[in-house]
Amino acid sequence: MWGYYFNSLIHSLPFFLKGLWVTIEVSGLSLIIGTMIGFVWGILRSSGPRWLCWPIMAWVDLIRGTPFLVQVFIIFFILPELGLNLDPFPASVIALTNLAACFICEIVCAGLQSIPKGQVEAALSTGLSSFQCLRYILLPQALKTILPPLVGQYVLLVKDSSVVSAIGLVDVTRVGWLTVQRIPEGIMVFGLVGLLYFSICYPLIVLANRLEKRMTVQTLRL
Amino acid sequence: MLETFNFRVIWEYLPLFFKCLWATTWLSGLSLAGALLIGILAAVMRLSPRRILSFPAGVYIETIRSTPLLAQIYFFYFGLPSLGFRMSEEVTGVLALVLNSGAYIAEIVRAGIISIPQGQIEAGMATGLGYIQRLRYIVLPQALGVTIPPLLGQAIVLVKDSALLSLISIAELTRAGQIMNSERFMPAEGFFTAAVFYLALYFILKGILAYSQKRLIFREAR
Repeated sequence: MWGYYFNSLIHSLPFFLKGLWVTIEVSGLSLIIGTMIGFVWGILRSSGPRWLCWPIMAWVDLIRGTPFLVQVFIIFFILPELGLNLDPFPASVIALTNLAACFICEIVCAGLQSIPKGQVEAALSTGLSSFQCLRYILLPQALKTILPPLVGQYVLLVKDSSVVSAIGLVDVTRVGWLTVQRIPEGIMVFGLVGLLYFSICYPLIVLANRLEKRMTVQTLRL
Repeated sequence: MLETFNFRVIWEYLPLFFKCLWATTWLSGLSLAGALLIGILAAVMRLSPRRILSFPAGVYIETIRSTPLLAQIYFFYFGLPSLGFRMSEEVTGVLALVLNSGAYIAEIVRAGIISIPQGQIEAGMATGLGYIQRLRYIVLPQALGVTIPPLLGQAIVLVKDSALLSLISIAELTRAGQIMNSERFMPAEGFFTAAVFYLALYFILKGILAYSQKRLIFREAR
């Protein structure tokens, strides 16, 4: 029986790869947009005007304080009541982008705040505009602190993308869930699902660790 | 949507929400306790000089960290019965949460242990303490002190992660929202109420986290 199930699992491998591609699409898209929004929010939060800081902080807290599943449900079930009918795919991208933006905002903000205030004062007194100060003084240095946790955040994003299977987006997790109805060998089916996620996440984790090591050594040398 | 927001129905469902809040609390509390045990064990094993101990711990930690929790929950939910273990959803859910959080806590505890100066351990050896005694009297009391803030951070993550248990039909907060959605077609009321309860838990834990961080800084200052 086990051999039979194994065979039929091999036969549904293309289905799994298609699901893997959906996972990559969803998380890749929200990774790119989320990083851009997250950087803008982070910069605004750490050095923007006060009236912009508070709403961003409150929003980030709101998103960090609720489970991602609840956010997905809210976007998928409640936006239609406002007249905005979303397919699972755009709904997932919106939810994931928002989540990524909030966490990246925190990372960017912490990175920018780790740079001594004196440098900003020095830059401004040498006549740099605040944009030039950000571009030439703050960001290049902050990037060292930002990069390792940023890659770590990408790993979390890929993993969190599994949650959107709950609203019916056919990603790897959903494919596993559908397959297990047909092939009742949970260990095998979800072992394969885990393996596919592992193949995306593990290289990223190794990259994050390597970046972290390199960045710390550089600061130690100073 | 807001003009039709129905507080009366929320009031009607409030007992269910409180019951489910309690379920979320005990599920995540129990999982946290279990994860702490597993986490400390895995951290100590991973730092052991013997490869026979450190290798399995490393495999465990990396496997868990590079696969999504939802896939792990499904793995146990669909996998254990096919191995002949029949358990209730709650046991399966807690098992998945314990193993998942255990890996993250292991990394936190490991970081705490590494932060202890080598000299103290050598001093312990010099005074004739055994391995277990060094662990018990020198390393762990200090390591756990440093790790309290990140552990509370993990507790926040755990509470949010427990929302995924609703997908294997455990009656916790998110499930209460789903029930309200399916019985009354009121997604906004159901999921916003669930979100408010989660936010309450989040802010309580965040408050404790801020307090513990302050205490820790004071302790170091002394």
